[in-house]
Amino acid sequence: MSDTSATADQGPNPDVYDELPDAPPKSRLRLSTTGKVSVAIVAFWVLMAFIGPWIAPYGESHFIEDDALGNPIDDPSFMLPDMGLHVYFGTDYIGRDVFSRIIWGARTTIGISFIATLLAYFVGITLGIAAAVAGKWVDAVLSRLVDAILAFPNIMLGLIIIAAFGSSIPLLIFLAGLVYAASVFRIARALGQDIMVQDYVEAARARGEGLWWVISREVLPNAAMPLATDFGLRLVFVILFISSLSFLGLGVQPPISDWGSMVRENLQGLGNGFFGGALASITPALAIASLTIAINLIVDDISAQAGGSLAKKMT
Amino acid sequence: MMSQMIIRRIGIGIILLWVVSVLIFALTQVLPGDAAQIRLGQQATPETLAALRKELGLDKPWYMQYLSWMGNLFTGNLGISAAGGATIESLIGNRIGNTVFMTGIVALISIPLSVLLGLLAAMFPGQLLDRIITSGTLGLIAVPDFFVAIFLILLLAVSLGLVPAVSYLSGTEGFWRSVYVLALPIATLVIVVSAQMIRMTRAGILNVMGSPYIEMAILKGVPRKTIILRHALLNAIGPIVNVIALNLAYLVSGVVVIETIFAYPGLAKLMVDGVQTRDIPLVQACGMIFCCTYVILILIADIASILSNPRLRHPK
Repeated sequence: MSDTSATADQGPNPDVYDELPDAPPKSRLRLSTTGKVSVAIVAFWVLMAFIGPWIAPYGESHFIEDDALGNPIDDPSFMLPDMGLHVYFGTDYIGRDVFSRIIWGARTTIGISFIATLLAYFVGITLGIAAAVAGKWVDAVLSRLVDAILAFPNIMLGLIIIAAFGSSIPLLIFLAGLVYAASVFRIARALGQDIMVQDYVEAARARGEGLWWVISREVLPNAAMPLATDFGLRLVFVILFISSLSFLGLGVQPPISDWGSMVRENLQGLGNGFFGGALASITPALAIASLTIAINLIVDDISAQAGGSLAKKMT
Repeated sequence: MMSQMIIRRIGIGIILLWVVSVLIFALTQVLPGDAAQIRLGQQATPETLAALRKELGLDKPWYMQYLSWMGNLFTGNLGISAAGGATIESLIGNRIGNTVFMTGIVALISIPLSVLLGLLAAMFPGQLLDRIITSGTLGLIAVPDFFVAIFLILLLAVSLGLVPAVSYLSGTEGFWRSVYVLALPIATLVIVVSAQMIRMTRAGILNVMGSPYIEMAILKGVPRKTIILRHALLNAIGPIVNVIALNLAYLVSGVVVIETIFAYPGLAKLMVDGVQTRDIPLVQACGMIFCCTYVILILIADIASILSNPRLRHPK
């Protein structure tokens, strides 16, 4: 009884309504089970990035010197996990707690990658939309500049710039921002050009709306959803890029903990067997993998909901 | 029409090569400031500084420096390593063969493997095999190259002891011995590159499967296997060749991490070492080699896709 009255109150049957050509986009996002697990993993790492330093058992450059009874340890490097000491994953090659360094590293790895991706998006979208709207020589100059950046393999551009200027965290952010702004520019420009020839833009122009109105009310809202989904993928690329540079010893410099550098520092531990040191190198690698795979699965889920049309625009 | 497009594309490629050389030169020599000052550091007196500037040619304007640098590149005189004092030609000459050997074997294994797996996945879309292949490759694309490498080291070298974990070549090994020593880096690169290639091959074939003539064949009652092998595959060859060239270009980035992790004496390891010691002439030379290879492979990919489009062969 109450059911029928409820549907009657909602007006037209929602299923029919969805099939109308001008049906509004579904606002509710239903995630699959893997999608929910992925959201939980990403949320966990983001939380660690914020509160990690307060809950980590040790500081990021604290050397474990005493055992649980307070006696000095002969060789603290690649120590076995010790629950009493809260050394859950053992120690690294010079005796620092791996578990604590992973939690500290969440802040470095995610923070740098996130800021760099934001920078890439800010620069890429501004210039991309500007190129699409202005056309002519603005478009030509910007597009050729982007072609030049994209003529380099990403990692090569990284190596060359780091060789010239030396590595530092601001440089890494600038570098990743520059490299990925080029690809964001291409997407934003293509989306902008698509939107600029739509009827509703022409209508807005015809009724005398200014350029800024068209950009802020028509172009940006219509480009927002595809760009937001692409942000996830781009963030994955930036995380992999920064981690690879750190892994090469050219990214985040010691003693700051960063997942990519941790894998490199502890490579020698791989030969000592699983608990004898391999954990020190595997766990940060797993941390990177869990984060990047989870973000990928979320993006997959969202673009599957949009009928795969987003995926096609994002190549 | 087709030859015009190809000539135009080659022209763009040459311009890109030139832009790459200007950018590498500007980024390493012009923007960072005075290389003589950086090299001498604190002990620099005005006299030694002026002498080193003259020796390095830094007293000339930047465009003259660029021209003489380019001239030297073309004549194979790459300069002297800032770190060791050895000529860069000799450093590179020792290493480049190793990198070409390894990437060559990777290409020989990964290309047939990925075309086969991509084809199998496209033949049975949505079925178990396809789901395993697509989710497996998605996972591999999302993780760093070194993640794959350390798991292979742990499994094959440490746990099972099948292959060595460090890829040291003395230069006297025979072919099969070299392949054995290189088993892990080769396996890692094959996995990383194939993951990309399998996905793109599958997408290329499924894309062709959506075209009207395939629909016609389905309506005629042609079996799915025949459609793929006789109709779709032939038309997907262009996109697949394009995919292969693009992925060989990805190899250029892949070798950087893989040679470092396995301490393989290749060109990429030489370059990474050069970046660490900030040996600018060495980084310039290696950077030019890698970036030019990349631009040329992308050029080949584009030409392949122009050549494989029969509509361009017969202008209306």
